[in-house]
Parts: sequence; C-alpha cells; structure tokens
Amino acid sequence: MRTALPRRLLLAALTVLLVVTATFAALHLVPGEPVRLFLGPAADPATVAATRHALGLDRPLPVQYVEWLTRFATGRWGTSIAQQRPVSAVLGDALGPTLLLVGASLLLTYLGGTLVGAWQAARRSSRADAAVTAATAVLYALPSYVVALGLVAVFAYGAALWRWPPILRFPAFGATGLGADLLPPGSRLADRLRHLALPVATLAIVGVAGTARFVRGAVVGALRQPYVRAARAKGLRESRVLLRHALRNSLGPVLALFGLQLPALFSGVVFVESIFAWPGLGRVTVQAVLARDYPVVMASTAVFAVLVVAGNLLADALAALADPRRGRPA
Amino acid sequence: MSARGGLLVAAWSDPKARTGAVLLAVLVVAAVAGPLALAHPASGFADVVARRFAGPLSRTPDGVWHVLGTDRFGRDVLARLLLGARISLAVGVLAALVSTAVGVGAGALAGYAGGATDRAIVAVTDAALAIPRVPFLLLLVALVEPGAAVTVLALGVTGWMTVARLVRSEVRSLAVREFVQAARALGVPPLRVLLAHVLPNALTPALVAAALGVGSAIMLEAGLSFLGLGVQPPLSSWGSMIASGRDALMIAPWVSLAPAAAVALVVLAFSWIADAMESAIAGGRGA
Repeated sequence: MRTALPRRLLLAALTVLLVVTATFAALHLVPGEPVRLFLGPAADPATVAATRHALGLDRPLPVQYVEWLTRFATGRWGTSIAQQRPVSAVLGDALGPTLLLVGASLLLTYLGGTLVGAWQAARRSSRADAAVTAATAVLYALPSYVVALGLVAVFAYGAALWRWPPILRFPAFGATGLGADLLPPGSRLADRLRHLALPVATLAIVGVAGTARFVRGAVVGALRQPYVRAARAKGLRESRVLLRHALRNSLGPVLALFGLQLPALFSGVVFVESIFAWPGLGRVTVQAVLARDYPVVMASTAVFAVLVVAGNLLADALAALADPRRGRPA
Repeated sequence: MSARGGLLVAAWSDPKARTGAVLLAVLVVAAVAGPLALAHPASGFADVVARRFAGPLSRTPDGVWHVLGTDRFGRDVLARLLLGARISLAVGVLAALVSTAVGVGAGALAGYAGGATDRAIVAVTDAALAIPRVPFLLLLVALVEPGAAVTVLALGVTGWMTVARLVRSEVRSLAVREFVQAARALGVPPLRVLLAHVLPNALTPALVAAALGVGSAIMLEAGLSFLGLGVQPPLSSWGSMIASGRDALMIAPWVSLAPAAAVALVVLAFSWIADAMESAIAGGRGA
C-alpha cells in the first residue's frame, strides 16, 4: 500500500484506460449483434446497416478504438439513442444526485462505523460486543435491495398504514416532492433531506455494518500494541488510551478500507437508485440497459470507474494525512 | 492434500461454520428433492382469487397447507423458493467456479512466470479491482440477451481478482521452496512443476476466496434478477421472486421476505465457512 504518488496516478490512469477498453471490447467481442437487439428481430437489413453506420460500427476496429478513446478523453460521448440528447448532458444531470447520495452515505458510514467499532472494542468480549458483532454480520450479509425494501415497507407504506406521526414518514420515490420548486427555500431543503433519508439510510446501514466489523478488529489489534501498554503505564485514562492512541492509529487501515469499499458502494448505488427512483447515475444506467441505449451504458460504466479511481486517490491522500509516515519512501 | 483435509476439519470445529455447512446441505437437499415432494404444483392458475396471498402456515380453500403462504397467483411460496434455490445456487456456484478458474490461471501464471508477465497481470488485477462490479455487469448484460448462462459468465469474469492475488502470492513463495527447486533440478518441465508441485499447494487460500465468491455471486445474481436483468421467466431465481413481491409488500410481505431471507442466510452461511477456514489457515501459520 505504501506506494509513491506517481505510481498511484499511473495505476489510476491504467484503470480508466482498462475500463474504457473493456467497454469497447465488450461491445465488439460479444457474440451476436447489439444493433439487432436494439432494433428488434423485424428490422430490415437496410435499417441495420444505416444504424451501424450512424454509430460508426462499420469502420475498422482499430479506427473505432482510437476514435472511442479520443472521444472519451474529450468528453464527446455521442447522443443517447433513447433520449435524443447528448450523453454528457444525460450523465451530467445524473452525477450530482449520485455524488450527494454517495457523499452523505459515506459520511454516515464512517462516522457510524467508527463509533460502533470503537464502542465494541472498548467492551470487547462482553455480551454486548458479541450481540453487536452478530447483528453487523447479518446486516452485512443483507443485499442492499433487501434493506431498501424493508425500509420502504416500514417507513413509507407502514408509517402511513399505522398512522405514525408525519415526522416518521418518509417518501420512497424520487429526489424531490411534487411541486418542490414552488416551496420556500427552507421547506425545499427539508423536502430534499426527507427524500434523501431512506436511500442514504439503506447504504449507510450496510456500510456501517461492514466498517464497524473492520474498525473493531483494527482497534482491538492496536490495543495489544506496546505503545498502548506504555500509555496505560503513564496513567492515562482508558478512554484517552482508546481514542488518542488505539483509535488514532487504526485510522490508516480504516482509510485503506475506504478504497476497497468504494467499488461495492457504487454497486449498491445502482440498486438503491433503481428502488428509490433516485435520478442518479445508477438509475440512468439501468434504464439505459433496459432501453439498449448503448452510448449511455458505455459512458456511464466508464464514469463509474472514474469516480471509484478518484475516490481511491482521495483515500490515499487522506491516509497520508492520517499517517505522516506514509507516502515517504520506505 | 492432507493440508486441505486438515483445513476442512479445523473449519468444521467452528460452530458457526458447522451451522453454515448444515444450512447449505439442508438447502441443497430441499432444492433437489423439495419440488418433487411438495404435492401441490408450484405454479397453477386454478381459482387464483381464492388461493392468492394466503398467509404463512395457512390453508387455502382447496385444503392445501402453505408453510410460507402463497403469492399473487396462488402459487405456494415455499415450492417456488425451492425451485428458485436450484437456479440461485447453480448460478452462484457455477459463477464462482468460473471466477476461481480464471483467478487461479491468472495468479499462477503471474506468480510463476514473474518479470513482465507478472507486472502486467498484477496491474490488470489491481485495475480490475477498482471497477465497480454492478455497473460493469449491467454493461455485459446490455450487450446480449439476458439469461442464466450470460449471468454465470458475467459474474465469472468480474470476480476473479481476489483469487488471482492470493494464488499469485502463494505461488511466488512456493516457487523458491526446496521441493520445487528439487523438481526443477531433476529436469521436470516447468509447466509440470507448476501444475503438479506448486499449484496443489497454493490453492488453500483460494478456497476461502471461492467460498466468499459463491456468496457474493448469489447476492449479485439475485440483484440482477431483481432488476429484471438476470435469469429470465419462466425460470425464476430468488431475485426475481423478491421483485415479484415488491408491490404487495404491505398486504403479503412473505412473498418478498422469504426469498430475501434465503439470500441473506446463504450469504451468511458462506461467509461463516470462509471465516472459519481463514482462521484455521491463520492458526496453522501462526502456531
């Protein structure tokens, strides 16, 4: 993990190149003809040929590959077949909601996960610790779409059915309510936050479960280190030993976990956005797949990879901040 | 050989792993035998209105008991759950086999060849690990007609990286050991050294990754089928069952809950087994 920045940047660039190449290869190497899937079995050969020409699929592969790379690098991703507007506009509209969803759930995941994990480590091997460990194991095994449906059942349908107070009822669809634009700014913000609640809770529940398991392990491991014994020997209070010494030194591995969890988080985003009709990249991708809107599917896959790579670089930077020894040549 | 046998014995001594193994064994037997044994048909359209949405542990007017209730078409949820188990388990296990095979191949090649081959495979593995799996799976299923075979292949080619890393590092450390050097010195051809001497000893950690891989493949298959992009009707997997109960969540939650619980239990069972194997390996090394 202790690799220098140039190598990390190189790997990041390589990852993006690999994904862009893989999307290209997938489109061209998969048996059968995607254009026919899009046009349907009744399409006549002339229409197929015209569509292939319009998409540039009738030119030599190396030419198409170079063209695809340059177009990707310069942001000209073509036109969405289903929506008849530029792919960059379709994905641009979806990027903000996804970043909001991911950012909010990451914040909750790491705050919650660190708190629960450190709390467990402080009372390790107690009955409460064992119970929380069992609970996080179950939550971590639950697919995000199952958690999402459970939250919808309780906090959207159930809350209405059981006449819960309005504060406990949450909308299950979309990013804003009907006519949200007409509300005064304060209510508009409240409306957005209420729409954000269930999707973020879904991702955060699964995320907290996974992170808490990891933090607990890291802190319990740190508590066995000689510097913890030294801290105790100087007479520091146990809470200070835990927070300033054990937890502080566990932050490095926890931040490294961030980079590993990010791909899984973006996978969860796809399901959560589809269930909650959240107008983000995941929902756009699923709809594009169902509509066989290839330009959108290819570009959004690449954008997902770029987001993960950017997140990984961010995690590296944060890890270097948390542990000044990192990043220096060993 | 005996090392891996020992690993399974050590894993068996862990109560959670035992629970997981028993759970999976019961499920496999039930998935194979259950649909044959259940008297009532899993799908039938006779008198749908009278039979639909019967609660768990209730009897429909035609006198048939439904342990897990019925769905909107009056079909027995347990019978469908067991039929779905065949698809979900088969797709999960086959996908994990594909990804383990790819991972062992790539890891063995990288670890044994070394040099530029090694660096290239490591770079591709690292890059592939950073790709979010579900969006890439969506791309793959978008390009072909979705179906069970496509799902297996797509899950297989997107899940090999962990196995590849583990096998690579095992092969690298084994390649310098005396028995491998001895085989080389005796003039055994390189490929045979790899296949007969190195690889059999390098597979233990890959077993852990493969066990986890089955769990995550089942979870992802259910997710794809939930979105309508995995196994297609008339076949149904747990994911499509969860989706089919989605709009009856309040009047008949069991239709979605039963397959959701099944997915979670199977994923848990595989992670318990993998955990036990992992600590057995760590214990064997640490001692």
